[in-house]
Amino acid sequence: MTTVLFDVTGPRGRRRQLWYTVLASIVLTGLAAWILRELWKQEQITPDQWEAFVQPAIASALLEGLVDTLSAAVAAIALALIFGAVLAAGRLSEHKWLRWPSHAIVEFFRAVPLLLLILFLYLSVVGDRVGSFWTLVLAIMLCHGAVMAEIFRAGLQSVPRGQTEAGYAIGLRKSRVMVLILAPQTVRSMLPAIIAQLVVVLKDTALGYIIGAPGVVNVAERIYISPEYRNPLAVGIFLAAVFFIINYALSKVAVGLEARLRRKGGGTIQLQHVRGVRR
Amino acid sequence: MNPEYLSVLVDQLSEGFLVTLQLLGLSAMFATVLGTLLGAMRVSPIAPLRAAGAAYVEVFRNTPLVVLFILAVVGLPELGLLRDSFFSRAVVALSLYTAAFVCEVLRSGINTVEPGQAEAARAIGMGFGGTLGLVVLPQAVRAVIPPLVSVYMALSKNTAVAAAFGITEATYQFKQLVEEFPGSLYYNFLGIALGYALIVGALSIIGHLLEQRLVTAR
Repeated sequence: MTTVLFDVTGPRGRRRQLWYTVLASIVLTGLAAWILRELWKQEQITPDQWEAFVQPAIASALLEGLVDTLSAAVAAIALALIFGAVLAAGRLSEHKWLRWPSHAIVEFFRAVPLLLLILFLYLSVVGDRVGSFWTLVLAIMLCHGAVMAEIFRAGLQSVPRGQTEAGYAIGLRKSRVMVLILAPQTVRSMLPAIIAQLVVVLKDTALGYIIGAPGVVNVAERIYISPEYRNPLAVGIFLAAVFFIINYALSKVAVGLEARLRRKGGGTIQLQHVRGVRR
Repeated sequence: MNPEYLSVLVDQLSEGFLVTLQLLGLSAMFATVLGTLLGAMRVSPIAPLRAAGAAYVEVFRNTPLVVLFILAVVGLPELGLLRDSFFSRAVVALSLYTAAFVCEVLRSGINTVEPGQAEAARAIGMGFGGTLGLVVLPQAVRAVIPPLVSVYMALSKNTAVAAAFGITEATYQFKQLVEEFPGSLYYNFLGIALGYALIVGALSIIGHLLEQRLVTAR
């Protein structure tokens, strides 16, 4: 970590840091207390704002919505992995007629905002055919497939050249080298990056409510627009908490996995070195 | 394609992308300021500041942008804040969200600077502020530019979410155009996608230029 920025302090420095620590704690606690008090005074977090969440019918609807959100995320990431693998294979191909289109597709979907793509698919024939849930899944698949392709490409290129050459030397063809030698070595190093991308996919599924796809945000929106509750802040805080808990757990898994792989001596793909990662 | 469509398309797109660029510029500015502050907090010797910075990053990075938009655009007026400007509330949501990523980029950039540099700064008697501001940050900037540019690229795409909350930026114009001219779906999509691609491309070029300038400066 960055402890190198400051020395192990002597008695005077320690006393000064203690003062700053106390001061910072007071200021930060004061700030938090003031925000909570204001929220309470304006009746945004008073008990009546949370009543909706304990109604059995609403609670079960929220739970169902969460299941829909999670299934959309799982379906989207599975499809994005497949689409990404195809695109990455295309980009690394020896044939120009495969390399160029794959390159163009990756660049295009990396530049398009996901919401624009969702709206486009929803208003096009796709939306009519498959409905809002699968429109959302398909849009995420296209956008994140392009990101996955870049992660795969970075992973495949990180394997030392000698490995590929050794494969050719024993008479393997290119596809065999890819499947038998490169892929098994890269899957491990890409795993943390893929799990980290899962967090982004889960956040992106929240966009589905804009086209009315089933999901937890969709259910929650109906709570705060109903004249009975009208509690957007309480609902927003609830939604943020739900996504935070799931995503925080996922990112901890990704970080833990990365640390474990590094201890075992394998390198990992750093997401921030992959171009055009979505956030 | 009728000529009326073309002129309306050009009008609406230029209007929409102007708003998109305003959203991008203002949010990028606020996010950078807040993110730098948070980054400094996260590497400071004061434990509560470090904890607060880390908590901010974890909360805002793991919450969907749409949820932040609900909180800011629908929620803030309930508190009597920024009542009359949808635009400022959208900027609030985008800035708070992006600041978390700016902070992380800066923090990992600070970690790329050789520890010997900070040690040397301390050896000649510089304090935390001097070490960070005069020695470490100027060197971290170079390592930080590519990931920082990719944060701004993500931000430029994220501004599209504002369309769902009534801000008349480029993606909002897409919906409008499709309603006005039923047969124009594909042209609208390609036109607007091209606009975003231009913004992203421009950011990438600016990043490259900056990077080159700073490489020679060392």
